[in-house]
Amino acid sequence: MLELKSVGAGYSAFQALFDISLDVRHGEAVAVIGPNGAGKTTLMRVISGLIRPQKGAIAFEGRDLALTPAHRIVELGIAHVPENRRLFARMTVEDNLRMGAFMPAARARFRQRLDFVFDLFPRLRERRDQIAGTMSGGEQQMCAIGRALMSEPKLLLLDEPSAGLAPVIVQQVFDLVRRIRSGGLTVLIVEQNVQQVLKVVDRAYLLEAGGIRTAGTSAELLESKSIREAYLGV
Amino acid sequence: MQIFDIYLLEALINGILLGGVLALLALGLNLIFGVIDVVWICYAELIMIGMYAIYFLFTVYHLPFPLAALIAVAAVGALGALLHYLVIEPLLNAAPINQLLATGGVLFFLQSAATVAFGIDFRNAGIRLPVLNVAEMYISYARLLAFGAALVAMVVVYLFLTRTYIGTAIRAIAQDRQIMPLMGVDSRRVYFVTSAVGGALAGLAATLLVLQYDVHPFVGLSFGPITFMICVLGGLGNMIGGFVAAFIFAEIISLGGLYSDLEWGYVLAFAFFIVMMFVRPQGLLARRS
Amino acid sequence: MTMRSYFPWVAGAVLVAVPFVYHSPYPLHIMIQILIWSFAYTSWSVMGRFGLVSLGHGGFMGIGAYVTALLWNHVGLSPWLGIPVALLAAGALALIVGWPCFRFRITGHYFALVTLALSGIVLQVITATRDYTGGSLGYTPERHKAGESALLALQFTDKETWYLIALGVWAAGLYIWHLVDRSMSRYALEAISEDEDAAAATGVNVTKEKLRITVLSAVMTAFAGALYCQYQMFISPDTVSGISVSLQMVFAVVVGGIYVSLGPTAGAIITLLLAETLRISFGTKAVGWDNLVYGVLLVLFIIFLPKGILGSLMEVRWLRRQATSVIPGGSEGAAANGDALRPDPSLRSG
Repeated sequence: MLELKSVGAGYSAFQALFDISLDVRHGEAVAVIGPNGAGKTTLMRVISGLIRPQKGAIAFEGRDLALTPAHRIVELGIAHVPENRRLFARMTVEDNLRMGAFMPAARARFRQRLDFVFDLFPRLRERRDQIAGTMSGGEQQMCAIGRALMSEPKLLLLDEPSAGLAPVIVQQVFDLVRRIRSGGLTVLIVEQNVQQVLKVVDRAYLLEAGGIRTAGTSAELLESKSIREAYLGV
Repeated sequence: MQIFDIYLLEALINGILLGGVLALLALGLNLIFGVIDVVWICYAELIMIGMYAIYFLFTVYHLPFPLAALIAVAAVGALGALLHYLVIEPLLNAAPINQLLATGGVLFFLQSAATVAFGIDFRNAGIRLPVLNVAEMYISYARLLAFGAALVAMVVVYLFLTRTYIGTAIRAIAQDRQIMPLMGVDSRRVYFVTSAVGGALAGLAATLLVLQYDVHPFVGLSFGPITFMICVLGGLGNMIGGFVAAFIFAEIISLGGLYSDLEWGYVLAFAFFIVMMFVRPQGLLARRS
Repeated sequence: MTMRSYFPWVAGAVLVAVPFVYHSPYPLHIMIQILIWSFAYTSWSVMGRFGLVSLGHGGFMGIGAYVTALLWNHVGLSPWLGIPVALLAAGALALIVGWPCFRFRITGHYFALVTLALSGIVLQVITATRDYTGGSLGYTPERHKAGESALLALQFTDKETWYLIALGVWAAGLYIWHLVDRSMSRYALEAISEDEDAAAATGVNVTKEKLRITVLSAVMTAFAGALYCQYQMFISPDTVSGISVSLQMVFAVVVGGIYVSLGPTAGAIITLLLAETLRISFGTKAVGWDNLVYGVLLVLFIIFLPKGILGSLMEVRWLRRQATSVIPGGSEGAAANGDALRPDPSLRSG
């Protein structure tokens, strides 16, 4: 479904990603784990078009993403929940969700999508007129995911969904990821909370210093000595 | 004493009427600043062009006023979009101050283009609207009309910003422009639409001002500075703040003018502005951070 | 090296010698205008180069001109005393407006708009007090003795004297520019313009540094206004105050080059000669054409040549020297580092 081949990318002054190759198959949940500054967020941004790759190729269902304008990538079916949620903090929950359905195809189905998201997060239905920035961190994360789901994506990119949340809420967020994928959605998730995320996904890539160090199924990685020592603290 | 009270009330009412028009002026500027983060120094000059458009369409070519107004609104809207396309877009990644100065160049250009094309004569559209006499107070019908139209326009803009997708995007982009592509929004298009709406608001302001004032190439200088002060006092990009500040300024001008003439009302408003800079430098309704 | 250090003296001597060998009034008039406006533009760039973009300098210039003229006409105070009073007034106004701005971190757009309002205020006050200032019709300082020069009244009928005065003031303006350029304040102000918080964290008194440069710039600009008034013997709100004059200053500096000492002078020469050429070729129909061309040029300059003509020329020269200095023994390249133009560090590695 999604395929990256030897992708290199970065910002004007430095390169953050070197020769990244990975793929996500239909219906899978895949994680990218790794330490701070490894380039995980950059990787997500390259996929959703916020940053253009300098080298390599990115294809989504056979379409070359490098040639697609950033604002058209959503229309292909990729929704990105950015790091730190990035809600429109001074707008209401409903306005935020409306923004998620901005593209013409989603606008037409706005009512259905809204019901879908509200059924998934009954909490948001109660808070639909609340200013997004005044909600708790967990509620904001729900709103951010809900906003991404409004566009009826095929692939959901989640960037550090558990960051900055209380442990109880972190648990809820991962439950949520599980629910979302059981609905048939393909998920690519970036996390630092390795222990938790490996329980939710099928496969994972370990990203270190801008390159892919290891890849494997969750079970394999949970067994791996180096990962256990470096990331699981056992 | 009795007569004085009536003058005072009349000045108060005229202040409110003026406030409506000033609020409309501030709205266009705030909209553009809030979304694109650019101050159009030449905003009042766009209004001047709109006033000329109406003057020619209505007085010289004898089009009905509503039609002339409609054409002027559309023309200035197009001018706003053109300004964005030709001047702002190439400078979107330049230093903010360069964007500001470039619109200063446009100010020069529009002013002198009008001078070259129309000369420096004062022209009056020759619309004589009656003056209402209510309880011994004289209230100009033109002002009443301008006030009403300005309020209606602001309500329309409010509905546009809250009820439409593109309007919601305009509000959203002011908060976080980087993630707009993730929503499937083409920022360039939103900027373009915003500039056109901002221009159209200037065109509407022109329609209302031409009822009360003569047109000349430098007419923009008589309400440009006051508009900028309103926006700064209300907080740049803060539309509600601008609305409140507009009425405060209008009352100061109108009541200040009661004691001598309107020019001193303006001087008083300027002085008030400087004092407010000490008291609330980040604007009336500044968000406490 | 020796050529370079002698050059300013030779150029200065030539400029001083001009009125003694050349008496044609019209070119002298143009040169005086250029010198006075060059000084005004230099005054603006003293603070403008640090990112403090003021649109209020038209106001300072107007204060310099009007206070001097009003004191002379109404109180009979000689410009020798009137000008210092005018400069004090401009300095005080700069303090009043500058202090809250800098204290409360009003920068960028906000600062430009606040100062723009200042231009508007001065213009409005001059117009509103038309009983004293003549309003928009303009104002003329009274002649001390008709047709005669009078040192006491700072009125001279001959262009030669004015040329020398203007030349002296202009040179003093450049000298001040260089003093600022060599001072510690320059580093503080550059740091402030890069990142105010970081500068404050390293112990720079942000408010004080900004206020000092602003007051200096305002006082210099007011002096230019006073000089203009004494030379022209006629001032009107739209030639010495208001937003148009403020923008005109910014425009000339941007065209000439904001980061080089002679940039404002280059800007004055270009803009005044342009206006004069247009005036002569269009005759009375010229009204508006000069500003039309200014406006278009200003936009084009900001988009395509933001460093200004002189700034860009110096950059080209600098790059060329860098290229030659790669050859062993090219010591000239090192000397070029001392130039007023601060090269982009990224160029250095290339």
